[in-house]
Amino acid sequence: MHSSYVSPAARRYSLRVIVLMLIYAVALIGAVYAFKHHLIGGPLAWIVGVLPALPIIGVFAAIGLYLVEEGDEYLRMMMVRQTLWASGFALSIATVWGFLESFELVAHVESYFVAILWFAGLGLGACANKLTFGKGGE
Amino acid sequence: MNNRLKVLRAERNWSQGDLATALDVSRQSVNAIETGRYDPSLPLAFKIAETFGLTIEEIFVSPSKDA
Repeated sequence: MHSSYVSPAARRYSLRVIVLMLIYAVALIGAVYAFKHHLIGGPLAWIVGVLPALPIIGVFAAIGLYLVEEGDEYLRMMMVRQTLWASGFALSIATVWGFLESFELVAHVESYFVAILWFAGLGLGACANKLTFGKGGE
Repeated sequence: MNNRLKVLRAERNWSQGDLATALDVSRQSVNAIETGRYDPSLPLAFKIAETFGLTIEEIFVSPSKDA
Protein backbone atom coordinates (compact mmCIF):
# COMPACT_ATOMS: atom_id res chain seq x y z
CA MET A 1 0.00 0.00 0.00
CA HIS A 2 1.39 3.38 -1.00
CA SER A 3 1.69 6.37 1.36
CA SER A 4 -0.72 8.37 -0.82
CA TYR A 5 -3.49 5.86 -0.10
CA VAL A 6 -6.93 7.34 -0.58
CA SER A 7 -9.81 5.53 1.09
CA PRO A 8 -12.95 4.71 -0.94
CA ALA A 9 -14.91 7.19 1.22
CA ALA A 10 -12.33 9.91 0.51
CA ARG A 11 -12.57 9.14 -3.22
CA ARG A 12 -16.35 9.49 -3.11
CA TYR A 13 -15.97 12.74 -1.14
CA SER A 14 -13.57 14.18 -3.74
CA LEU A 15 -15.91 13.23 -6.58
CA ARG A 16 -18.89 14.81 -4.82
CA VAL A 17 -16.95 18.03 -4.17
CA ILE A 18 -15.81 18.24 -7.82
CA VAL A 19 -19.40 17.79 -9.07
CA LEU A 20 -20.70 20.33 -6.54
CA MET A 21 -18.04 22.87 -7.56
CA LEU A 22 -19.01 22.49 -11.22
CA ILE A 23 -22.68 23.07 -10.26
CA TYR A 24 -21.56 26.05 -8.16
CA ALA A 25 -19.70 27.61 -11.10
CA VAL A 26 -22.74 27.25 -13.38
CA ALA A 27 -25.16 28.52 -10.70
CA LEU A 28 -22.98 31.51 -9.83
CA ILE A 29 -22.34 32.55 -13.42
CA GLY A 30 -26.04 32.13 -14.23
CA ALA A 31 -27.20 34.09 -11.19
CA VAL A 32 -24.72 36.93 -11.73
CA TYR A 33 -25.73 37.16 -15.41
CA ALA A 34 -29.44 37.13 -14.57
CA PHE A 35 -29.16 39.85 -11.93
CA LYS A 36 -26.72 41.98 -13.92
CA HIS A 37 -29.06 42.04 -16.93
CA HIS A 38 -32.22 42.43 -14.80
CA LEU A 39 -33.70 39.29 -16.28
CA ILE A 40 -35.51 38.24 -13.12
CA GLY A 41 -37.59 39.70 -10.35
CA GLY A 42 -40.08 38.81 -7.65
CA PRO A 43 -40.02 35.31 -6.12
CA LEU A 44 -37.81 33.99 -8.95
CA ALA A 45 -35.08 36.43 -7.90
CA TRP A 46 -35.07 34.84 -4.45
CA ILE A 47 -34.79 31.35 -5.91
CA VAL A 48 -31.98 32.32 -8.30
CA GLY A 49 -30.27 34.26 -5.50
CA VAL A 50 -30.18 31.16 -3.32
CA LEU A 51 -28.98 28.80 -6.09
CA PRO A 52 -25.20 29.46 -5.72
CA ALA A 53 -25.48 28.74 -1.98
CA LEU A 54 -26.94 25.26 -2.50
CA PRO A 55 -23.77 23.54 -3.82
CA ILE A 56 -21.79 25.16 -0.99
CA ILE A 57 -24.25 23.67 1.49
CA GLY A 58 -23.78 20.45 -0.47
CA VAL A 59 -20.06 20.52 0.32
CA PHE A 60 -20.86 20.76 4.03
CA ALA A 61 -23.14 17.75 3.57
CA ALA A 62 -20.40 15.94 1.61
CA ILE A 63 -18.04 16.40 4.55
CA GLY A 64 -20.71 15.03 6.87
CA LEU A 65 -21.25 12.06 4.56
CA TYR A 66 -17.50 11.44 4.46
CA LEU A 67 -17.40 11.30 8.26
CA VAL A 68 -20.29 8.80 8.21
CA GLU A 69 -18.83 6.65 5.42
CA GLU A 70 -15.13 6.67 6.37
CA GLY A 71 -14.44 3.26 7.88
CA ASP A 72 -10.88 4.13 8.89
CA GLU A 73 -11.19 5.64 12.37
CA TYR A 74 -7.82 7.40 12.20
CA LEU A 75 -8.63 9.15 8.90
CA ARG A 76 -12.04 10.03 10.33
CA MET A 77 -10.39 11.64 13.34
CA MET A 78 -8.11 13.64 11.02
CA MET A 79 -11.15 15.09 9.24
CA VAL A 80 -12.91 15.82 12.54
CA ARG A 81 -9.82 17.73 13.66
CA GLN A 82 -9.80 19.65 10.36
CA THR A 83 -13.46 20.64 10.77
CA LEU A 84 -12.80 21.80 14.34
CA TRP A 85 -9.96 23.96 13.09
CA ALA A 86 -12.16 25.26 10.29
CA SER A 87 -15.03 26.12 12.65
CA GLY A 88 -12.78 27.80 15.21
CA PHE A 89 -10.94 29.79 12.54
CA ALA A 90 -14.03 30.95 10.63
CA LEU A 91 -16.11 31.78 13.70
CA SER A 92 -13.25 33.63 15.40
CA ILE A 93 -12.58 35.86 12.41
CA ALA A 94 -16.31 36.40 11.80
CA THR A 95 -16.78 37.41 15.45
CA VAL A 96 -13.85 39.83 15.46
CA TRP A 97 -14.90 41.29 12.10
CA GLY A 98 -18.49 41.65 13.31
CA PHE A 99 -17.45 43.78 16.27
CA LEU A 100 -15.05 45.87 14.18
CA GLU A 101 -17.81 46.37 11.62
CA SER A 102 -20.38 47.42 14.24
CA PHE A 103 -17.87 49.99 15.57
CA GLU A 104 -17.49 51.17 11.96
CA LEU A 105 -13.78 50.39 11.88
CA VAL A 106 -13.91 48.07 8.89
CA ALA A 107 -16.03 47.77 5.76
CA HIS A 108 -19.05 45.49 5.48
CA VAL A 109 -18.30 42.02 4.19
CA GLU A 110 -20.93 39.63 2.83
CA SER A 111 -21.65 36.82 5.25
CA TYR A 112 -20.90 34.08 2.70
CA PHE A 113 -17.25 34.88 3.33
CA VAL A 114 -17.63 32.84 6.53
CA ALA A 115 -17.93 29.75 4.33
CA ILE A 116 -14.77 30.76 2.45
CA LEU A 117 -12.98 31.22 5.79
CA TRP A 118 -14.26 27.82 6.90
CA PHE A 119 -12.82 26.13 3.81
CA ALA A 120 -9.52 27.96 4.41
CA GLY A 121 -9.72 26.65 7.97
CA LEU A 122 -9.92 23.10 6.61
CA GLY A 123 -6.56 23.74 4.97
CA LEU A 124 -5.19 25.08 8.24
CA GLY A 125 -6.48 21.95 9.96
CA ALA A 126 -4.71 19.77 7.40
CA CYS A 127 -1.45 21.64 8.15
CA ALA A 128 -2.05 21.23 11.89
CA ASN A 129 -2.59 17.49 11.36
CA LYS A 130 0.71 17.21 9.48
CA LEU A 131 2.54 19.13 12.19
CA THR A 132 0.97 17.07 14.99
CA PHE A 133 0.92 13.64 13.39
CA GLY A 134 3.83 13.98 10.99
CA LYS A 135 3.75 11.78 7.92
CA GLY A 136 0.74 9.91 9.29
CA GLY A 137 -1.33 13.09 9.36
CA GLU A 138 -2.32 12.84 5.74
CA MET B 1 0.18 4.33 23.93
CA ASN B 2 3.36 2.28 23.68
CA ASN B 3 3.09 -1.02 21.87
CA ARG B 4 5.04 -3.88 20.29
CA LEU B 5 3.56 -3.56 16.82
CA LYS B 6 6.84 -2.80 15.07
CA VAL B 7 8.55 -5.83 16.63
CA LEU B 8 5.58 -8.09 15.91
CA ARG B 9 5.51 -6.93 12.30
CA ALA B 10 9.24 -7.51 11.93
CA GLU B 11 8.90 -11.05 13.33
CA ARG B 12 6.36 -11.82 10.62
CA ASN B 13 8.23 -9.85 7.96
CA TRP B 14 5.17 -7.66 7.35
CA SER B 15 5.36 -4.10 6.08
CA GLN B 16 3.06 -1.41 7.46
CA GLY B 17 1.12 -1.74 4.22
CA ASP B 18 0.71 -5.51 4.71
CA LEU B 19 -0.68 -4.96 8.20
CA ALA B 20 -2.91 -2.15 6.95
CA THR B 21 -4.36 -4.47 4.32
CA ALA B 22 -4.94 -7.20 6.89
CA LEU B 23 -6.72 -4.73 9.18
CA ASP B 24 -8.57 -3.01 6.33
CA VAL B 25 -7.26 0.42 7.38
CA SER B 26 -4.87 2.93 5.82
CA ARG B 27 -1.10 2.67 6.15
CA GLN B 28 -1.22 6.07 7.86
CA SER B 29 -3.38 4.49 10.58
CA VAL B 30 -0.89 1.69 11.17
CA ASN B 31 1.96 4.19 11.27
CA ALA B 32 0.15 6.45 13.76
CA ILE B 33 -0.76 3.53 16.04
CA GLU B 34 2.71 1.98 15.82
CA THR B 35 4.45 5.23 16.74
CA GLY B 36 2.05 5.82 19.64
CA ARG B 37 0.56 8.98 18.16
CA TYR B 38 -2.90 7.46 17.91
CA ASP B 39 -4.63 5.05 20.30
CA PRO B 40 -6.94 2.67 18.44
CA SER B 41 -10.54 2.10 19.48
CA LEU B 42 -11.29 -1.11 21.37
CA PRO B 43 -12.75 -2.85 18.27
CA LEU B 44 -9.62 -2.00 16.25
CA ALA B 45 -7.35 -3.06 19.11
CA PHE B 46 -9.14 -6.43 19.19
CA LYS B 47 -8.78 -6.73 15.43
CA ILE B 48 -5.04 -6.04 15.71
CA ALA B 49 -4.72 -8.62 18.49
CA GLU B 50 -6.64 -11.22 16.49
CA THR B 51 -4.51 -10.55 13.42
CA PHE B 52 -1.38 -11.38 15.42
CA GLY B 53 -3.08 -14.19 17.37
CA LEU B 54 -2.30 -12.45 20.66
CA THR B 55 -4.20 -10.65 23.39
CA ILE B 56 -4.46 -6.86 23.50
CA GLU B 57 -2.24 -6.78 26.61
CA GLU B 58 0.49 -8.68 24.75
CA ILE B 59 0.61 -5.91 22.14
CA PHE B 60 -0.28 -2.67 23.92
CA VAL B 61 1.31 -1.41 27.11
CA SER B 62 -1.21 -0.11 29.64
CA PRO B 63 -0.55 3.63 30.21
CA SER B 64 -0.93 3.07 33.97
CA LYS B 65 1.83 0.42 33.91
CA ASP B 66 4.04 2.27 31.45
CA ALA B 67 7.16 3.53 33.27
